Amino acid sequence: MTTPTAVALEDAKVAFRLGDGRVYTAVEKAHLTVAQGEFVAIVGPTGCGKSTLLNVAAGLLKPAAGSAKIFDRPLAGLNRDAGYLFQADALFPWKTALDNVAIGLEIKGTPRAEALPRAQKWLTSVGLGAFAGRYPHMLSGGQRKRVALAQVLIRDPKILLMDEPFGPLDAQTRQVMGNLLLDLWNADRKAVLFVTHDLEEAIALADRVVIMSAGPSSRIIGDWRVTLPRPRDIFEVRLDKEFHALHREIWSVLKDEVMKGYAQSTQAAEAV
Amino acid sequence: MSRVTLLALQILVAVVCIALWEVLSTVPLFGKILLPPFFFSNPVDVFSQIVKWFASGVIWKHLAITLWESILAFVIGSLGGVLVGFWFARQPLVAAVFDPYVKMANALPRVVLAPIFALWLGLGIWSKVALGVTLVFFIVFFNVYQGVKEVSRTVLDNGRMLGMSERQLMQHVYWPSALSWMFSSLHTSVGFAVVGAVVGEYLGSAAGLGYLIQQAEGVFDVAGVFAGMFVLSAFVILIDMGVTLVERRLLVWRPTAADGRG
Repeated sequence: MTTPTAVALEDAKVAFRLGDGRVYTAVEKAHLTVAQGEFVAIVGPTGCGKSTLLNVAAGLLKPAAGSAKIFDRPLAGLNRDAGYLFQADALFPWKTALDNVAIGLEIKGTPRAEALPRAQKWLTSVGLGAFAGRYPHMLSGGQRKRVALAQVLIRDPKILLMDEPFGPLDAQTRQVMGNLLLDLWNADRKAVLFVTHDLEEAIALADRVVIMSAGPSSRIIGDWRVTLPRPRDIFEVRLDKEFHALHREIWSVLKDEVMKGYAQSTQAAEAV
Repeated sequence: MSRVTLLALQILVAVVCIALWEVLSTVPLFGKILLPPFFFSNPVDVFSQIVKWFASGVIWKHLAITLWESILAFVIGSLGGVLVGFWFARQPLVAAVFDPYVKMANALPRVVLAPIFALWLGLGIWSKVALGVTLVFFIVFFNVYQGVKEVSRTVLDNGRMLGMSERQLMQHVYWPSALSWMFSSLHTSVGFAVVGAVVGEYLGSAAGLGYLIQQAEGVFDVAGVFAGMFVLSAFVILIDMGVTLVERRLLVWRPTAADGRG
């Protein structure tokens, strides 16, 4: 291949030292690649370390073994090519929606007079043109996610890392946000690594769905290609026959892991 | 409840209290006066004393001195608190080393420092400013320290992922967070600045509201003591209203309790 791979994790292992001195291995021997322009979703049971893997790709965590490469170059420090969309609220509460979006440019040294109109344009394209002056606490959960999306995209990162970004939203808002994301992504097809626990969301959005086993020491246990035609509409793609077949196939693998993960988490709770 | 009703009720409380005071200190009940004027004075005397102060203009000098002392104590104490709070929060080792001393210094009742400050700085305004500073400093310090320490992990990570340098994190994340904590304690710290000034004046000075009260007390002029107290309360309330205005301007981004949304 001549074009470099956007994200390549090879044999990555991530371990944490627990308070009592023991070492907890979250992820082991993870092989994961995201090609340029590819939308990859990671699905796995709660606590399987999918966010951990994402943080390795972001450079927020260092792998204990193995390597992380971004565009074929080993990742040192933070991943400067990536934009990261967090699960929790990550907007700056003391900045208005407009300033929250503009800050992405201002950090790079873009003069404020130039950053503000571009931020306004981005707010409009996520459907919040009229909410520029609002502070985050005056916006709904879905609107805050839209601002966060604009905040990340205005910097035009080559890679998008998303950690269950729509997790806290209600079911309808999630679908609307999914469609918005696909529309924006279609414009320039960045490499996307999208973590979710929702298999339907993963299939509807992604080109490839990667399944992780239940933790600890979770591994990647499956990799499916989604060939549903694009552009997709999340509401309609769910009615597609191919969607159902793929869902059944992946779920048969994922189900066991979900059960295992659930059993482990209840055991752990009893042990405490 | 509408604002007007609320205000009316608030005024009613004052009217009832003053009326009771007036009646009990002038009209004999069952053959004797319940609030002897020597100990409790009466509203008319107190009020005429206040009018006399304002009419003759003597009060302005004392008010100005107390105000000036409070402002200096607040500004110096806040500045010190912000700087040291920031420094400690960013240097955990320094914070750990100084921790017991900070606690000791903060546990000390400040009144015992007043004679020392008078000795060091004389009877002018600076000994009162110093007393106020020791009060204001710790409130601001603890709040700023907390504010910097408790910056949301996600917001911080977001700043980093957006490409902020340490300096930009300071400017866009740590600083606003610390300031918001400082401003949330603004009422307390401004109040303590005034307390420091007045207590300092009371313990030894030649001017200020505390001096006025202390002088009246020295000659058993109870009306003068009460008058001084009323002027002081009105003074503090006015300052507090000013603080509320500043706070509203600066903390617009913060959800208020009435908002119901977090």
